[in-house]
Amino acid sequence: MTQRMSDCFARLKDENRPAFVTYFMGGDPDFDTSVKIMKGLPGAGADVIELGMPFSDPMADGPSIQAAGLRALNGGQNLDTSFAMVRAFRETDTSTPIVLMGYYNPIYQYGPERFLDDAKAAGVDGMIIVDLPPEMDEELCIPALARDLNFIRLATPTTDEKRLPKVLSNTSGFVYYVSINGITGAAAPEPDEVAKSVAHIKAKTDLPICVGFGVRSAEQAKMIGRAADGVVVGSAIVSTVAKSLVDGKASDSTVDDTLALVASIAQGVRSARS
Amino acid sequence: MDTQSAPSTLPNSFRSGPDNEGMFGIFGGRFVAETLMPNILELDDAYAAAKKDPEFLSELDSLNKHYTGRPSPLYFAERLTDHLGGAKVYFKRDELNHTGSHKINNCLGQILLARRMGKTRLIAETGAGQHGVASATVAARFGYPCVVYMGAKDVHRQSPNVFRMRLLGAEINSVTAGAGTLKDAMNEALRDWVTNVDDTYYLIGTAAGPHPYPELVRDFQSVIGRETREQMLEREGRLPDMLVASVGGGSNAIGLFHPFLDDDTVSIVGVEAGGKGLDGDEHCASLTAGRPGVLHGNRTYLLQDAEGQIEEGASISAGLDYPGIGPEHSWLKETGRVEYVPIMDTEALEAFQLLCRLEGIIPALEPSHALAEVMKRAPQMGKDQIIVMNLCGRGDKDVFTVGEALGVEL
Repeated sequence: MTQRMSDCFARLKDENRPAFVTYFMGGDPDFDTSVKIMKGLPGAGADVIELGMPFSDPMADGPSIQAAGLRALNGGQNLDTSFAMVRAFRETDTSTPIVLMGYYNPIYQYGPERFLDDAKAAGVDGMIIVDLPPEMDEELCIPALARDLNFIRLATPTTDEKRLPKVLSNTSGFVYYVSINGITGAAAPEPDEVAKSVAHIKAKTDLPICVGFGVRSAEQAKMIGRAADGVVVGSAIVSTVAKSLVDGKASDSTVDDTLALVASIAQGVRSARS
Repeated sequence: MDTQSAPSTLPNSFRSGPDNEGMFGIFGGRFVAETLMPNILELDDAYAAAKKDPEFLSELDSLNKHYTGRPSPLYFAERLTDHLGGAKVYFKRDELNHTGSHKINNCLGQILLARRMGKTRLIAETGAGQHGVASATVAARFGYPCVVYMGAKDVHRQSPNVFRMRLLGAEINSVTAGAGTLKDAMNEALRDWVTNVDDTYYLIGTAAGPHPYPELVRDFQSVIGRETREQMLEREGRLPDMLVASVGGGSNAIGLFHPFLDDDTVSIVGVEAGGKGLDGDEHCASLTAGRPGVLHGNRTYLLQDAEGQIEEGASISAGLDYPGIGPEHSWLKETGRVEYVPIMDTEALEAFQLLCRLEGIIPALEPSHALAEVMKRAPQMGKDQIIVMNLCGRGDKDVFTVGEALGVEL
């Protein structure tokens, strides 16, 4: 685990509250607006930042994140600008962990080793690559771990007893529990089911368990945060960006609206155990 | 592991792949979301058991024979041969199959697997609609509900097939994302599968996707090549000198090619859709003009920009309109065993019309691409040489597209 990541979860454990993990799409709708959102996230209550890297064919994502990815690509976002965002963020914040999230092909074209070196140099802590299951660990996971970068794996309701050890092996930073079978932004998770699954995974690993997919409100975040070590919110944030746009471009309210939503959900996360 | 370099030595056999991880050299693999992994592993186990089960194999044989009408004829195209003035041209007549194309071979195999696995709902993606029709057909035959994902552009240009699928009881889901073609339909089918993973069987139509799909689709389609081999030995007492087939995802081609891969006297040519030419971006020639990348569960040649964003293919033939290709074809290209060439829309249209008039066969636009290549090759070869072309689909579905291209009001 990177120092930043372990410090973050250790501090939250002391405070007895779950982490608020926020996903947003890098470069949506443009680089400058997106950097402003990113820089504002910790102040609005985010503990860990997931920086989405756009892909033309995001097979595990619902309509909100698909559309956000297209806006970002149209705005010129690529891996170089993703790293530039991380560097800009690190000028003022050296403690908030940053996790890159996306699909493998852009990384494969960039060159996996070069990607990891540049990510590390920019100040990235880890990555979630949706289409790299444990069976494909040689591609990116093993080289990432060798550089002390976290490779965060998704566990899902289909991850059974037999498969869980395989999913947990080589996972570091935290485990991302996908609370529903489905795409991002779909149906809401059932808190009792989630609590059971989290307990089940916790019995097999010391890593923090963060829960996401389908969490959109402060109330839901509060319920999920009772059992989980962290709550991930993505589609709701990305949808707020989308709603604030005028003719597809950032408006005066884009940054404020987005951070206001983050702040309101943060309240839910922070009251989960009080 | 250096995953970006080509294999340096040739294998002892071209027919032994994939390995246990689903790799053909650096191609193939299982690049999918974790939600799907247990299902894909389950499918792998189910298929490994099924292919050793005599009951499974005999049920499939029986359906192939009595439902599809196999074996399909190996037809000597005498007038075409005379016209071209070179090698003897034979057609493997898979367009005579029930449902009008080779797609039924794979669908029958997979519906038996779905039933074996206790799945109760089918989903499929389709481009030209041939696989959609074949999927809807087996769904009806075995009493399964079936949802077919089809790009909105393809729904429009393949309307006869859309109506056929509806008649067969399938639900058509028109996909407007992206350019509204096969790639987008496949994304949407994968999203459905991730959401309904417990009860749903994803019936992939081509020899691509995560392992074990490329292997099992190839195996179910290899009936084409096995029959061709037997029929050719019977008719001519020897193997052909050349095989030619069109490749979109590549299932009809791998089905014909695979049983011949270790026969080094047989040269093999795969024909890609060159669209309006490889200079622009309106083509689908992933092997000729693309480079290796990862999409839809496998590493293979893809049309993509410098940053790894996938580009839309374009072809007059909806069935070839896909920016990827089955991983085994990528491997066969890199090892040099198969030669892959592009054919332009205009050449395919010319071949389409020639076959109608010379042989009384209206071919689909997909094998018309293969035919255009045969028209180039046969005249260069001796009269004692033999070409077998896979006539993998009939052209009824394409008459509107061809009419439009020729400026005829239908």
